[in-house]
Amino acid sequence: MQTTRIICAGFGGQGIMTLGKVLATLGMKNGKSVSWMPSYGAEVRGGTAHSMVIISDSDIPSPVIDKADICIVMNKPSLDKFESRVKKGGTIILNSSLIESSVKRKDINAVKVPATEIASSLGNIKVANIVALGALVSKTKIVSKNKAISLLKEFFAEKKALLELNKKAFNEGIRI
Amino acid sequence: MTKKIRNPKSQIPKLKYTLMTGNEAIGEAAVAAGCRLYAGYPITPQNELTAYMSKRMVEEGRVFIQSESELAAINMVFGASVAGARAMTSSSSPGISLKQEGISYLAGCELPAVIVNIMRGGPGLGNIAPAQSDYFQATRGGGHGDYRTIALAPSSVEEAVELTRLAFDLADKYRGPVLVIGDGILGQMMEPVKNSKFEIRNSKLLPKPWALTGAKGRKPNIIRSLYLKPGALEEFNKKLQRKYEEIKEKETRFEEALTRDAELIIVAYGTTSRIAKAAAQNLRKKNKKAGLIRPITLWPFPDKAIKEVAKNAKAFLVVEMSNGQMVEDVELAAKGRRPVHFYGRSGGGVPTPEEIEKEALKVMSSWFVDKKPRTTN
Repeated sequence: MQTTRIICAGFGGQGIMTLGKVLATLGMKNGKSVSWMPSYGAEVRGGTAHSMVIISDSDIPSPVIDKADICIVMNKPSLDKFESRVKKGGTIILNSSLIESSVKRKDINAVKVPATEIASSLGNIKVANIVALGALVSKTKIVSKNKAISLLKEFFAEKKALLELNKKAFNEGIRI
Repeated sequence: MTKKIRNPKSQIPKLKYTLMTGNEAIGEAAVAAGCRLYAGYPITPQNELTAYMSKRMVEEGRVFIQSESELAAINMVFGASVAGARAMTSSSSPGISLKQEGISYLAGCELPAVIVNIMRGGPGLGNIAPAQSDYFQATRGGGHGDYRTIALAPSSVEEAVELTRLAFDLADKYRGPVLVIGDGILGQMMEPVKNSKFEIRNSKLLPKPWALTGAKGRKPNIIRSLYLKPGALEEFNKKLQRKYEEIKEKETRFEEALTRDAELIIVAYGTTSRIAKAAAQNLRKKNKKAGLIRPITLWPFPDKAIKEVAKNAKAFLVVEMSNGQMVEDVELAAKGRRPVHFYGRSGGGVPTPEEIEKEALKVMSSWFVDKKPRTTN
């Protein structure tokens, strides 16, 4: 019986909610129980927004995550807020384009991904979240690369140009 | 014949499941149930429901109104219901308080309606975090006068769909307002919902010969809650009570898990019940006999189920996201035969399975400390 708890965090516009939804959908397609929980309401502009995703072999008691197995942080305030919320031995994926400092803790794995720079070199800063998704899939193997790609294909079935861009972003992330 | 659900939110039509928030799922369930008017006024954490209806109702050629206030919304629902249409409104705690006058009138006029409350922390404006502090309001009538409302409490997004559809059916069947009660977590979180849950059922809606549809060719119908003739109101209220008795008899719903040999029965509803269930399962792994009763109807409360398990269980532990409201109903049902303990979080605090486990162990360990009669303190 396995349960993976993932927190995605960043500022508004970085595709944090979407990244969480993509992860939850991947879990759902794999026949797992999934939940997705957003931070809602009183978030401030420039501050952090986050979504919490649980993928499990059994029923999910609460969609609220206290300690996460994996945390994806896309900006500095998110790192400050969530570094302490990663389980011992867990993984933190950080957007090194926007986070100069490093992880203080020694008991978690830190993966640095220049997601924003990669996205901007691909021509669209908005796909930084998909770069991070690629890094997540490559580092944690929560789903296979092919399953993730086939989901992207379904997501962008009617938008060929966007599909190519997102596939590129994903593959760049995989390479990290 | 069933019509396939048309869900603009679904980006992955191949799947048998759709990932939806509780708010959206309740909206789509209402559409599937044939809701013809939705009126609402924005408030977090149920805004996505109003937003969803603003798209879907228009797509379906039905009526969506963002009203100027909660009072207007509930009275628009009243108007649609008087005319025989299925109608719904939704809000969150402070907004539901504002709707109470209208809900009382709906009960007094015996008009069907569905009212969704995605609860937030209180009292007052409180906060927007999840809470279950409107239990008293939902189960004791809520507004003025001697009435009750059926209150349905889903614990998952998929169950929110089932119970919203049921709410429309019960409202028509018993001619009265029915509440669907959730908290911020249920409204905001996404879970997979089987697409088939939204299939349009072919079964005919109940005829509404009492509705105000124009009196052409028949005697005028009168809908009112004013009874001035001496004795008339008492007679009407007795009729309401007979209806409530019938509802208690036929519509009480609950789920039980691991109760058969349980020594400690945890009682919890909605989001809290999922967490409590995990706690009960963890306790079982430690050979501690814990079970769960989850009321699905908060009113009528499953008091017979509580009485039944009280025969074998040693004690109850009620867990709520409030400072103790449903615990009174459990005490009433247990009638002093078994001790009823309580653990609550409020103001946005969400209990973890570990917290509940700890509380349960505290209760259970007191049974084994000593066999000597204990002095009361």
